[in-house]
Amino acid sequence: MRIVVLVKVVPDTNAERTLSLETGLAERATAALVADEIGERALEVALSYADAHEGTDVHVLAVGPEESTTSIRKCLAMGAASATHVVDAGLVGADLGLTAEVVAAALGRVGYDLVLAGNQSTDGMGGVLPVMVAEHLGLPSLTNLTAVTIGDAEVSGTRLSEDAAVGLSAPLPAVVSVTEALPDPRFPGFKGIMAAKKKPVEVLSLADLGLDADDLSTSRSIMLTIDARPPRGGGVKITDDDGDAAVRLSAFLAENHLI
Amino acid sequence: MQREIYDEDHEAFREVVKEFVKRYVTPEKAKQWDADGEVDRATMKAAAEHGIVGLSVPEEFGGAGMLMDYRFRSVVNEELIGCGHGSALAGAVGIHDDLAVPYIAHFGTDAQKAKWLPKMATAEILGALAMTEPGAGSDLRAARTTAKKVDGGYVVNGAKTFISSGKTADIIVTFVKTGEGNRPDAFSLIILEDGMPGFEHGKKLHKMGFPGHDTAELSFSDVFVPDENLIGGVEGRGFVHLMMNLPLERLSIGAVAAAVAEAGVKWTIDYTTSREAFGKPVIDFQNTRFRLAEMATTVDVMWAYVDRAMNLYRQGKLSADEAAKVKFWCTEREWEVLDQGVQLHGGYGYILEYPIARAFLDARVHRIYGGTNEVMREIVARSITGRK
Repeated sequence: MRIVVLVKVVPDTNAERTLSLETGLAERATAALVADEIGERALEVALSYADAHEGTDVHVLAVGPEESTTSIRKCLAMGAASATHVVDAGLVGADLGLTAEVVAAALGRVGYDLVLAGNQSTDGMGGVLPVMVAEHLGLPSLTNLTAVTIGDAEVSGTRLSEDAAVGLSAPLPAVVSVTEALPDPRFPGFKGIMAAKKKPVEVLSLADLGLDADDLSTSRSIMLTIDARPPRGGGVKITDDDGDAAVRLSAFLAENHLI
Repeated sequence: MQREIYDEDHEAFREVVKEFVKRYVTPEKAKQWDADGEVDRATMKAAAEHGIVGLSVPEEFGGAGMLMDYRFRSVVNEELIGCGHGSALAGAVGIHDDLAVPYIAHFGTDAQKAKWLPKMATAEILGALAMTEPGAGSDLRAARTTAKKVDGGYVVNGAKTFISSGKTADIIVTFVKTGEGNRPDAFSLIILEDGMPGFEHGKKLHKMGFPGHDTAELSFSDVFVPDENLIGGVEGRGFVHLMMNLPLERLSIGAVAAAVAEAGVKWTIDYTTSREAFGKPVIDFQNTRFRLAEMATTVDVMWAYVDRAMNLYRQGKLSADEAAKVKFWCTEREWEVLDQGVQLHGGYGYILEYPIARAFLDARVHRIYGGTNEVMREIVARSITGRK
């Protein structure tokens, strides 16, 4: 079984993240780039399955800038067997539509029985890439799973909503997205780092995939303007003057639908 | 100042150690180690799983094969110490990887390597080194622990003291007298195993620093040790073996000293930034700024020196007397930097909740163990004057 895990390389959420007001893109210089943490949980699902099922091939697919290499190596150090990295100047600022086309084309090239991804990235938070990829490939898609069971011919899992746990399943091949509710991913060790150096990483350009970023026959979202976030205004302060602060606080919370 | 000894593998490994620290080296854990007087084995094993313990074990026995390259070990020191509550773990790992494993990896027989090293790579077996005796420290030839040859092995009698990891270790590489007199060839290294009849641990030693890392007295009363435990299988090589690992032992203390001093500067900057006096942060006073500038520069120079020594060690060119220079010089700069850091913390620098205070107490022994700094000076003097 070949499981392909989609990993996005994003600015570290532990560092301060800023947008460039020139380009509208994340400032890469201000925060270290890391593999997206939900993507790492998706990788953990694949690796745990591979640990228990010999002959499983876990492949990582990343679309992102040159600097993604360190994070891709980390995924290999964690235990993935190989990786594909799509990097192309034409992808700077790519919208979800173009990214999904690229991912789908790359998946067609590397082959898959199951595609796993985080339900959304911690930077863009579009949340739709996995379904868009599934649509391109004509595959069933299970989204936002909080538990995943991989079988020989099908994948199943649970999606938690506010009042119900929904059980879902789909025949393979399929696309599955998982949430941050999944367990912490493993982290590599010395041997993993050394082994990763010998694992293959195929680097592809848009031309290799037969795609043209400037082809606008498909609608693309294009950023026109960007503004700095306005400074936060002063909040509401409730002081307990007449002993009715609790009442006023609960009224405020109710008014704002917070309770 | 940018250091130049690390490549992308070391930086990738640094991320591993940082993640390990985040998950396993919590302040609660450190408190537990301090209360127990030792680091728990589960943490050591988890560290081994990620290659943080076992770096010096040869690859063929399941380790990282970095016995002759201290850079990965230094990354471990820097991250465990830098987090502010990992010094006990750093100490325990150091004793195992720098002081115990090397004797077996370098000088052990094939059978000894095959028997011990695979389990030392996983921390199932932890090692320690026992040289010092109640009546013999710097003057090692005064050691009186004897190993008398009997049929099939040796009978060991005597006592050792101040043995780091002495309580938690499963095997102790022990310096014993196998011959008569005090000629160098009268001594050997032999592996004592925890649980051997007649091998007892003495009372817990209450130390000034390193409360979370065990230091023990060991006593041996007619302990039978089989022939197969004599390091290298030949008597009389003890001194030679010790001499050969001295560069690593001394380098490791110098590298730890640099890591501690660097952390001390960081803690002091953090503290003086957040603490206000006379209406402004303490860090904005000229005295603080000048002292911090001196401390940071000292740390840069320490690393320049230690990094050069690490490079020489990697090439097999670091001599015992050069390593002695590194050891005494770095531990004394460490002491000065920490002392200044404590001063800039004011009263809080005297409170053990603050990492600078704990590091200060821990650091005192750096000038004493691994060869006292006076012995280090004597070794350097011998080398530069050519006179005994």
